[in-house]
Amino acid sequence: MMRFLLLFSRQGKLRLQKWFTPIPEREKKKIIRDMTTMVLARQPRSCNFLHWKDLKIIYKRYASLYFCLAIENQENELLALEVIHRYVELLDKYFGNVCELDIIFNFEKAYFILDEFLLGGEIQETSKQIVNRCIESSDMLQEYYCEGETDFPGTWRKYHGGVYEQTCILTCGLKGIEITAGEEYRSRMYCI
Amino acid sequence: MLQRLVNTSNAMSPSVPLQEMIRAIRSARTQCEERGVIQRECAAIRAQFRQADNGGRSHNLAKLLYVHMLGYPAHFGQMECVRMIASPRYSEKRVGYLGAMMLLDEKQDASLLITNSIKNDLSHSNQYVQSLALCTLACMGSAEMCRDLAPEIDRLLRASNSYIKKKAALCAVHIVRKVHELGELFAPAARSLLAEKNHGVLHGAVVLITELCERNPETLERFRKTVPDLVQIMKGLVISGYSPEHDVAGVSDPFLQVRILRLLRILGRNNEAASDAMNDLLAQVATNTDSTKTVGNAVLYETVLTVLDIKSESGLRVLAVNILGRFLLNNDRNIRYIAMTSLQRIVGTDHNAVQRHRGTIVDCLKDQDASVKRRALELSLALVSATNIRSMMKELLLFLSSCPLELRSQAASGIFNAAERYAPSQRWHIDTILHVLTTAGGDVRDETVPNLIQLITNTSELHCYTVHKLYRALLSDISQQSLVQVACWCIGEYGDLLLRGECQETEPVQVTEDDVLDALETVLQSHMSAPATRGFALTATMKLSTRITDNVDRIRSIVSIYGSCIDVELQQRAVEYNALFKKYDHMRAAVLERMPVIEKNSPGHTNGESTREAVKEVQPAKVKQAETLLPQQPANQVCDLLDLLGGSEEPLQSNPAVGSTVPVLPISTSSTAGGDLLDLLGGLEPTPLTPAPTVTVYEKSGVTLTLSSEKQSDSGLTVTLTASNSTDSDISSFTLQAAVPKSVQLHMKAPSGDSLPARGAAKVTQMVVLSNPNKVNLKMRIRISYTSQGSAFQDTVQVDSFPEH
Repeated sequence: MMRFLLLFSRQGKLRLQKWFTPIPEREKKKIIRDMTTMVLARQPRSCNFLHWKDLKIIYKRYASLYFCLAIENQENELLALEVIHRYVELLDKYFGNVCELDIIFNFEKAYFILDEFLLGGEIQETSKQIVNRCIESSDMLQEYYCEGETDFPGTWRKYHGGVYEQTCILTCGLKGIEITAGEEYRSRMYCI
Repeated sequence: MLQRLVNTSNAMSPSVPLQEMIRAIRSARTQCEERGVIQRECAAIRAQFRQADNGGRSHNLAKLLYVHMLGYPAHFGQMECVRMIASPRYSEKRVGYLGAMMLLDEKQDASLLITNSIKNDLSHSNQYVQSLALCTLACMGSAEMCRDLAPEIDRLLRASNSYIKKKAALCAVHIVRKVHELGELFAPAARSLLAEKNHGVLHGAVVLITELCERNPETLERFRKTVPDLVQIMKGLVISGYSPEHDVAGVSDPFLQVRILRLLRILGRNNEAASDAMNDLLAQVATNTDSTKTVGNAVLYETVLTVLDIKSESGLRVLAVNILGRFLLNNDRNIRYIAMTSLQRIVGTDHNAVQRHRGTIVDCLKDQDASVKRRALELSLALVSATNIRSMMKELLLFLSSCPLELRSQAASGIFNAAERYAPSQRWHIDTILHVLTTAGGDVRDETVPNLIQLITNTSELHCYTVHKLYRALLSDISQQSLVQVACWCIGEYGDLLLRGECQETEPVQVTEDDVLDALETVLQSHMSAPATRGFALTATMKLSTRITDNVDRIRSIVSIYGSCIDVELQQRAVEYNALFKKYDHMRAAVLERMPVIEKNSPGHTNGESTREAVKEVQPAKVKQAETLLPQQPANQVCDLLDLLGGSEEPLQSNPAVGSTVPVLPISTSSTAGGDLLDLLGGLEPTPLTPAPTVTVYEKSGVTLTLSSEKQSDSGLTVTLTASNSTDSDISSFTLQAAVPKSVQLHMKAPSGDSLPARGAAKVTQMVVLSNPNKVNLKMRIRISYTSQGSAFQDTVQVDSFPEH
């Protein structure tokens, strides 16, 4: 399993931290210090794999951000590089040409995306498109209910069954618009 | 409303208050200013938390989480997280759960409070809310939470949509990791999930099955039946055409492929049938996977690991090793690195296959990257054998001269081990060690010096060559302490060979006595010399007094100068050597004569060959007593000296002083060395009276032998044998030999003496240290031999029980 994922800038400022095992706060700080020192000291064009205690550290630099993933000894390092790359692709798709500032100002979104891709230290979903769609749907759910609506349309689920329809209803069924009028939206709402 | 939805971009609208705060923090020019901004913000957030629901709660919590990420304390937000999670609004739940994952962990009390919310949300009608609960549970679920919610997770594993199923599977993995017994609960559901088509669910199922199999061997047996299904799934992935949903650079769902390969590895390990079933598939994956991109190599790598771990047929194994060989030649450093890691794992079992790639591996020693170098070093050392030792050593020595600092000591000790095992000749061995000492003397381990000295004494035909070489090395550089120490010792021992000026092996140097003494004095006076090194030099100077003819006065003056040296050790030695000159000049030659060959690995290497014989009867003690390389005669002389020196000289009365009069190897001043010397002089030091019970084990012809034992540890026992003589005549050459059962380890310390004066005037004590790790029934056979009134006596007694403390 993966133990933790850290994103930090070239100056060592932390931009994201995801821990997959329970670790006390003090130790987290120490690990962050160790990682940033170790990774920032590496020469360019050197091997992306390091050893630290009993873990393997896989790191990769994308523009001004370092992605640092710690995996257990039996994991596949090359696949870990792919995991990092996949996360970057997801961020890129979501933000459109993602840069460090996007992650700074929208850090909670970065977490939400990560939580759709990895779970409990393992890969959750291997398809890029599905992860993207889930994020979009969750966002729409949040967006829609920002206006003060306090209740979820639980009753409509029984009415229409199926997730496909449910998503349509969430966004256009509430105000009484019939499902058929949602044709053009149907093409944007995919089945999960 | 419709318009708005049509125009919605991918990202939802950002939280304005959050972004404003982030901007404010980033525009702070100093750390102090930043702290000020953050303190103000935190105060505002705290105030807001205390107020009633005002619609901006999620923004406030998000701000707090940002502040937390910068490293500032945010514990006051924990209760707010709990409240937000319980909120009916999705936006608040989302941030609340995120906060819980960031601020709470299973050790906090507040985490218990969210258990109920999670429970409710797990059966929420909206799948995104369910997903939040599942995510949080998998991230920070404590053991109690896991036990509580396990049935719920099992239900979700069976009856929900794929979105929830895949998350539930990974939740189950977390639960099993926390509470191992619950594995049984999820096994049936996991089995049925393998029939799913959705890749996310399949992946989760494979991870869950892997976890269950790794934890429980019985579960592993049951899941072996799934091997055909897994093979089928893999075939589908490998053979099927392009699938846009899962394709990554030409490989269809590499993440799932790797996971399945790993599960196959676990199922096929140590099982012929399962290994056979997956043989064809593995061959297919190995040959069909495109290896131009990292992702293909990731799959190939996992395949290779699987092939090498299961009971694969030899053709497949060869294929796997060849893939690794190809990896070694890859331009990508990462690939070379993992190739070497894998080869390291199999170098023991498939040694010949790996040997074929030795050339490439040795080339990797010259790689720029430190990680690659390290791997190459480990692998090269593993590949050294009797046939390639000369060429490999050349490469390794070259590597040593240019390798990074953190690898030097590993390289040096690896070279020493290799040299010791495969040295083609003694001279080559000595040359190699000298080379290492010259290049990396500072990074070698402490025991190198005594080991090298022991090696040198063993090769008597090369003494001349060695001393010449070392002398030359000493002249050029006195900064490498280990080298200087060995050189000083050799010059002290074999100085006469150096001065004689003739040598077959190497060009002799015309050396005068003054030159040699100059060299030693340089070492003595140099600020670069460590105290231990100066000790070596002083003793060497002293030894030369018997090997040279003209400059003895010079030596006398050196020795007397150091009699007032600040360094206590040097002062002590100098004073004693002075005494040797003044009062005991008649003994000087005997004391300082050439040392006999030091035997390696002789634990009881103290006086008495008999002791050594006894040791051979039993398992040899494992500890290499490198520190106490004491030959036999000087020890005897020690006892004589001690009798002579009685209580006359001040510095000689104290025990360490007594030890130093022995012209033994001036070993590095480690306390253990001193301690061992003290042990050597056994009964002379005031041993603490052990209140242990004593038993008389032998009593015949006036010779009595008593035994007392003291438990040192769970498996260690120290036995003290005391002998006394009640006859009217003296007994001399009194020796004891001991033998113990095979699994017990024996270490005999030096006896206090070997003569028993008549009428019990004095006793002889001998300590024996036993180690009984297997806790077998402890027995000891003791052979007593002595000479009395001109005739030799010998007797044996068996001790079956030891008085336990």
